[in-house]
This record gives sequence, structure tokens and C-alpha cells, in this order.
Amino acid sequence: MLEIKNLHVKLEEEDKQILKGVDLTVEAGKVHAIMGPNGSGKSTLSYVLSGRDGYEVTEGTAELEGANLLDMEPEERAAAGVFLAFQYPVEIPGVGNMTFLRTAVNAQRKARGEEELSASDFLKLVREKAKALKIDAEMLKRPVNVGFSGGEKKRNEILQMAMLEPKMCILDETDSGLDVDAMKLVADGVNALRDEGRGFLVITHYQRLLDHIKPDVVHIMADGRIIKTGGPELALEVEHNGYGDILAEVQ
Amino acid sequence: MALPQVKQDATEARLTALTMPEGGCLGSARDEALRRLRAMGLPSRRDEYWKYTRPDTLVSPDAARAAVFHNDETPMFGAFDRLRIVFVDGVFDAEASDDLTMEGVRIDRLEDICCKDIHWAKDLYGVLEARGQKPVERPLAALNTAYATDGVAIHVTGKLSKPISLSYVHKDEASDAILHHVIRVESGAEATILENGPAASRFNKCIEIDIADGGTLHHVRAQGRDHERRAATHMFTRLGRESVYKSFTLTVNGVLTRNEQVIELTGDDAVAHVAGACVGDGDFHHDDTVFITHDAVNCESRQVFKKVLRNGATGVFQGKILVKEGAQKTDGYQISQSLLLDGDSQFLAKPELEIYADDVACSHGSTSGAIDDTALFYLRSRGVPEKKATDMLTLAFLAEAVQEVEDRAIAEDIVTRLQGWLDRRS
Repeated sequence: MLEIKNLHVKLEEEDKQILKGVDLTVEAGKVHAIMGPNGSGKSTLSYVLSGRDGYEVTEGTAELEGANLLDMEPEERAAAGVFLAFQYPVEIPGVGNMTFLRTAVNAQRKARGEEELSASDFLKLVREKAKALKIDAEMLKRPVNVGFSGGEKKRNEILQMAMLEPKMCILDETDSGLDVDAMKLVADGVNALRDEGRGFLVITHYQRLLDHIKPDVVHIMADGRIIKTGGPELALEVEHNGYGDILAEVQ
Repeated sequence: MALPQVKQDATEARLTALTMPEGGCLGSARDEALRRLRAMGLPSRRDEYWKYTRPDTLVSPDAARAAVFHNDETPMFGAFDRLRIVFVDGVFDAEASDDLTMEGVRIDRLEDICCKDIHWAKDLYGVLEARGQKPVERPLAALNTAYATDGVAIHVTGKLSKPISLSYVHKDEASDAILHHVIRVESGAEATILENGPAASRFNKCIEIDIADGGTLHHVRAQGRDHERRAATHMFTRLGRESVYKSFTLTVNGVLTRNEQVIELTGDDAVAHVAGACVGDGDFHHDDTVFITHDAVNCESRQVFKKVLRNGATGVFQGKILVKEGAQKTDGYQISQSLLLDGDSQFLAKPELEIYADDVACSHGSTSGAIDDTALFYLRSRGVPEKKATDMLTLAFLAEAVQEVEDRAIAEDIVTRLQGWLDRRS
């Protein structure tokens, strides 16, 4: 599904190397988690994959089902199946959540040469998906993320993911700012989307989220590289001992 | 202080090109206005109040020619049931207008108010304009009062069942029109006035509005799509106790526009909202100049102006809130913002507060900026193409101003026009 090879990335504005050779393959149907200390490059990786400005790829490749992601505009990546659930979902005053969702869904369908969803089909679909995430009609009417609580914002991200049905879901610290109940709700939303055609890359600081979204593979990232890869037990090890031991072991 | 010779000459040159209409009962009001005008002279670029907008083409003896813009679109407000009053190049067109009778209102042409003895109109003509000359001079309004060739007097005595629509058609490339309307809204009465169209190659328009205690007036205006036209408009509004005035202006294109709103809150608990959304390209120059005087207790005023500028367009905002001594519990809000779609455009803003009461809440803000990169990326990351995402954010930027229009159908029509402007630019 997603294949990253020797990816090197630096910030455009300052000459600072953030990713220093990331190798990572996420297979369809699998959930990979990336853990790592602050500043290790986890969020940068998610931004680079989704096409945010401000980063320069100096070496390496990133492909989704064989297509070169790095050559595509953000909207082309989205249409190809990349979805990033933001750590800090953006507030957009003046744009209704519903209008936003419908525009996004139909833009992607159009880009893929599919027919656009009719207003009534769209409405039916969004109501059904919103209900599962306990997002009420009022929240759908409000401007995108404006005045939403932290939990509401994250649920709104998952709603977008459910509506867009991407192939490759990247979740950037989706657990941050969530209480236990909200985390459960978000995790249920993610788990409902798990299927054999879809890959997940879950970025998190804590093991907590991985209790709810069970990963198949766990990677530890530090200083712009993946330094260790293992099974779910690796996350538990981090939870108990911190990153210190693993970092020491690698050095 | 004597008027500088150059200003005096410019003023006289302009006056030579004009003929004052037969005065009748308005004769003294016109003469007074002419005296006011001669005392202050027409504006020049050296005047502080005209620092950001060059008045040259508005005061020159002859109007520059302006091409008439033709298109097949339904004109603004075209889909709504309304009483239509049509002016073509500044001349009333009886054929194109509806019958001017409607329950709850009496409408007369300016030229008839003497023979029909319309007292209130005679007593209002030129009065609010004269009051509005202090503390800032507005010579083009005085010129208007003196030389206006046409207009209507609208007397609202009940709650009107449909809006009154003033349509200004532009047909002659060399037209130079001066219109003056007077409106009085009686106690408890309520009306919506719509204005649309470019009116003329050069348009000088003045409306004096007197709203009695408990009266309500909604005003929505669209200034047409003729790009080469020039306009200087003034609205002088006096509000009585518990009265309401809400005005919104949409400007799409127009090489030069100066819209002045002069509002006086004279009765307690009155409410005045003025808003505007404008979008312009290239040599587009748009100036909103607002002066709101709070002279009563517990009044609310609100100014919301948004401008989208590209390819070297210029936006100007001069907005003042004056809170007089004793105007306690005043609630004044003012926001003026511009969205610059490229580095060539500019926004010049002069927000002012002058407060002599000690128990008031006044706020003002003015910003100028580009499309928010983070929001743009967020939309694109969901698959929305860049142009579409930019357009969505542009409309979102304008939304706060458009929301000031209470009638949902009209507000939607406005959004459609703005969307059209965006669609024409790919």
C-alpha cells in the first residue's frame, strides 16, 4: 500500500534536516503505529506524505500503490487515497461543516472520474456516519471546527475519514486532548473503518490509544529515523520503560 | 479662511457645466446648498478626508465616458417581488417603473413635492445633508442637494408588504447623473429599500433618511457590474428612539466608488448597522467612509466592511464612531478587513473612535491579509482543488458582512453574485 524508502526531508525555510532516511512499508489491511519522543519527526512525516508546503524532500521516495506521492498536489494525494487526521484540526469560520464535507467528497469523486453524490444521498450517508460518532445535526451545521471542543474536533476528523473512505489513513496524535470516553469513541470510529483494503499509520506518544486501536506493527522513531520495529509488545515496553532504554540500545 | 484660488476655480469650473433645476419650494434649500458648497469648495487630493481616494474624476466638469456592460444574467433582486422604480442614466422612467401606489407608503417624484405640497419632504430636503457637513465637510453632497435633477420622496407609514426597489440603468456612455431621494419612516412603520445598478457613467447620489421613533428601515444595495463607472454616494440617516436602520452594500467592479454613510443616533435605544462586501480587480478603487454619531443613551452601532482585492485593486475604509457626552451605554462595533489575493493590491484603513461619555463599550479592528495557508492546506488535504479551496475561503471571509443582510433569500442572491465573480476568474 504505502512504501517509503530512504526518505530525507528538510525544512525549506531553515537548513534543518528533520527526516534522515525513513524506510517504512504499510501493507493493506494492517495498522502500523509510530511512537517516538518529541521532535523525532513523526508529524513531519505525516505532513510530507499529505503534501504540506514548507518541506523539501532531499532524497528518497514515497509511493502509494506504486504511484509517486511526492509529485502530487495535496488534493491529488487525497483523491489517490491519502488521508491525514490532523493533530490540530483547523477552524474555518464562514465555511459550513456540511458544505465542506460535500465539496470534499464530490471533488474526490470527480477527480477519480466517478459520479458526484446527489444532495439526498450525501445527506443520508453523512447522517448515518455522524450518528455512529455521536456527532449531532447542530455540529454539522456549524462552521468547520469553530467552537468545537477538542473531542468534537477529533470526532469530526474521523467523520471526514469515514465519508472520504481513503485507502491510507494517517492519524497524527489523534489521542491528544481526548478524555477516556472521547478516545474510545474515536477509536471505535477508526476500528469501524478497518478492512483488508485499507492501511493505517497511527502516530502517537502513548500506548493508551493502542489499547483501543490494536496495531499489527509498532515502530519507534527517533532523530528522523525508524530505529526499532516490533509487534504490539513494543508499545508496552515503551509505556513501562520510556524511550531511554531503546535509544541506548540502538546507540 | 478664504478658499484657495485653485479650489475656487475648480469648483466654479464644475458649476459652469451644471444647471440648477427650477427651484420651486426647494429653491431656498438648493441655494443654501450652493452657498455651503462655495464656502468649502469641491474636494481635492490635498484634503485630509480625500487622502486615500483621488476625487479628480468625481469633480471634473465633464464625466469620463464609461462603457455599458451587457450580460444575460438576471439583474440583482430580479427574482423578488418588489415595487420597481426605474431611472435610466439618472432620469425617471415611468414606462419601466411600476405604479407607485402601495399600501403603507406614498411615493412622489422630487419634482412633484412642491405642487403636491409634500410638507415632510420639503422640510427634510437638504437638512440632514447640511447637518452632516460637520465636523467633516462633504462637498459632493452639497453639490448634489443644489443640482439634483431627479429623485423620489418615499413616505413610509405602515409595514410594507414588499420592498421598494430603485433600479439604476446605465445606457449612455457619457451620462453624468445626480439623484437625490428623501425617505421618512414613521413611528412603527417598516420598509425595505433595494437599490441596484450602475446608474450612469458618473453618478452622484444622495439619500436623506429620517426614521421616527420605533421605525425600521432595511437597505440593500448592489452597484452593478459596469467596470468603468464612477460613483460618489451619500446616505444621511437620522434615527429616533428605538428605531432601526440596517444597510448593506455589495460592490462588484467599478473603477471608482466612494460610499459615505453619515448616521446620527438621536433617540435612546436606537440601532444602526452598516455593512459592505466588495470584490475588485485591477484599477478597481473602493472607498467606504462612515461617520456614526451617538447622541443618545443605550444605542447600538455596528460597522462590518470586507474587501477582496486583486491585481492591484485598492480598498479604502475611513470609519468613525463619535460618542457624545451623555451618550452612555453606547455599544459601538467596527470591523474593516481586506483579503489581498496578491501582493499588488492595497488596503488603506483609518478607523477612529472619539468618545466623550464614560460608560460605553466601543471596539474596532482592522486587518489586511492573504488567504490562510493552514486552512488552504486543510481543505486541499481533503481533496478540494486549490482554486475551489481559495474561493471557499474567500467567500468565508466575506460571510461576516453578508450575514448582516437579514433576508435569507437576498443574502443567498448576494453570495451567488460573489461566487460568479470568483468563477469568472480562473
